[in-house]
Amino acid sequence: MSGARIVFDDVSRFYGEVLGVNRVSLSIPEGITSLVGPNGSGKSTLMNLMTGLIRPTQGTVSVLGIPCDRPDKLFREVGYCTQYDSFPSSLTGYEFLHSYLLLHGMTSSEAEKLTWEALERINLTGAAKRRVAGYSKGMRQRVKLAQALAHNPRVLVLDEPLNGLDPMARAETLALFRQLGEEGRHVVVSSHILHEVDRISDQVILLSNGYVVAEGRIQGVRSEVKEHPMQILVRCNRPGELAAKLFGHEQVVEAKLHADGAGLHVRTRDADSFYLLLNQVVLDAGLEVEKVAPADEDVNSVYEYLIGSEGGSQ
Amino acid sequence: MTVAEVRSWPWSLWAAQIRAILRLELGKTFFNRRAWWIYLAALAPVILTTGHSIATLYIDQMSHGLHTDVKAYAGIFQFGYLRVFLFFGCAILFTNLFRGEVLAKTLHYYFLSPVRREVIAAGKYLAGLAAACVLYSVSVALCHITTFMHFGPRFEEFYFAGGGLEQLAAYVGVTLLACIGYGAVFTLMGLLFKNPMIPAAVVMIWEGLNTFLPPALKKISVVFYLKSLCPVDVPVPGPLSFLVQDAAPVPAWLAVPGVLLLSLLAVIYAGRRVRRFEISYAE
Repeated sequence: MSGARIVFDDVSRFYGEVLGVNRVSLSIPEGITSLVGPNGSGKSTLMNLMTGLIRPTQGTVSVLGIPCDRPDKLFREVGYCTQYDSFPSSLTGYEFLHSYLLLHGMTSSEAEKLTWEALERINLTGAAKRRVAGYSKGMRQRVKLAQALAHNPRVLVLDEPLNGLDPMARAETLALFRQLGEEGRHVVVSSHILHEVDRISDQVILLSNGYVVAEGRIQGVRSEVKEHPMQILVRCNRPGELAAKLFGHEQVVEAKLHADGAGLHVRTRDADSFYLLLNQVVLDAGLEVEKVAPADEDVNSVYEYLIGSEGGSQ
Repeated sequence: MTVAEVRSWPWSLWAAQIRAILRLELGKTFFNRRAWWIYLAALAPVILTTGHSIATLYIDQMSHGLHTDVKAYAGIFQFGYLRVFLFFGCAILFTNLFRGEVLAKTLHYYFLSPVRREVIAAGKYLAGLAAACVLYSVSVALCHITTFMHFGPRFEEFYFAGGGLEQLAAYVGVTLLACIGYGAVFTLMGLLFKNPMIPAAVVMIWEGLNTFLPPALKKISVVFYLKSLCPVDVPVPGPLSFLVQDAAPVPAWLAVPGVLLLSLLAVIYAGRRVRRFEISYAE
């Protein structure tokens, strides 16, 4: 099973006396996994550990069964878009990718073919022959992404890949991640832009101060947060009447009208019982319900609940 | 480790990867806009000897003989090239192979590729070696020619009948060996020290004082073995000669493999160091 996963086994990493990550045990399946946490929480450390750029102080890391201290095997399967914004001097975007593929041992013609494919994938063919040093922040980000993708790896590790991208490029990049996830690849992504991460993630890993605070599918993580009642949005024709009928039931902690007056925010500690109650009330009162949906089953809310104000700037 | 195991290693892949590293590194060394100082450092002695030839021809009116310049060139080579120009050229070229990339924050480019770290070390060393060998063998040869070119017809006679060409070949050979030896030592220093210029300066002082060291200590030095291979001896100037204790020169059959073996060991150890190297640009 671990052969198809990214596995951290009781991994700690210290920088001198400073904690990077501590006692991390994870088993990351294919699909899109988001690493979420404030600056210094250990996201980049985890990514550098899984790509062998740093070694664990304790524990072991493997990617698809490959130990991370074997770059010759690891980077046949892994592409890493780092946060480092430095490039070998004087190279054009084309040369940057072509040279990288030559390092894989490819022939020049194979490398050329894959270089153009990667450039097309991230819409950078027009600037291929310009020096990377003259690229904008967004173009540099895209060429790094192309480097990670160029050799068609099964695992993509992407550290803040949306940084510096304009909204159009962001949407295209997110669509690309979704496609890669659907193809059965591992896409591990860290981002500060939580609502965008939320839209594409199959699972999340929440980090704080070097510790994994929560991990798993976002709905599962949300349901584990018992101290914060679940928030459910009910859109119906008479939200005031619904609120009046729900008050007094033990399943309902709070009910509040939506700002547009066409819905009701309900907080409950037991969602399953609440849904049964709601069915009963709606039938009894003859209400027309347009929508019932969880309102805080997203990364942003879970992040806020678990990590709190630390993540306010994220 | 058996011969069959060694044969089964992916030599052709490693060769292709080393070619890719050479391509990148030589591009950086030779065609970078900031590479001008490398050319200047390598060609500085040539500028001096060209100036000497012109001055001798037009100002000094050929007051000295060819033999004097043979000794003068031997001095330039042993004290100028081996102890200063080539020494520092190699120090800067080879320590920068890794340290320069750490400072520029670009080393991860190599570390993100499926290349064994030992192959990266070997590729970078060979790239530095190719650059140093081309630059300094051309420089040594040009310097030799410009030292003697003002002798006119005697220049040709010296080169083709008086042993000049053999001397030049020996100097170029020693230059290549010096690049191999110093290159390996400085590649390793670039991995062992955050500021490799300090240990490089210590080595330079040690190598510079070699002439005046007791015979036993003389042998713990690269320049001692290189000097043994030089075709012309350089006498120490009179006032300092009383400080010199002669040591028997090392025969070529021992000096050449000795320098090559030392270099090989240094490069192998450098490979092991690179394997443990981490990307930590904040250091």
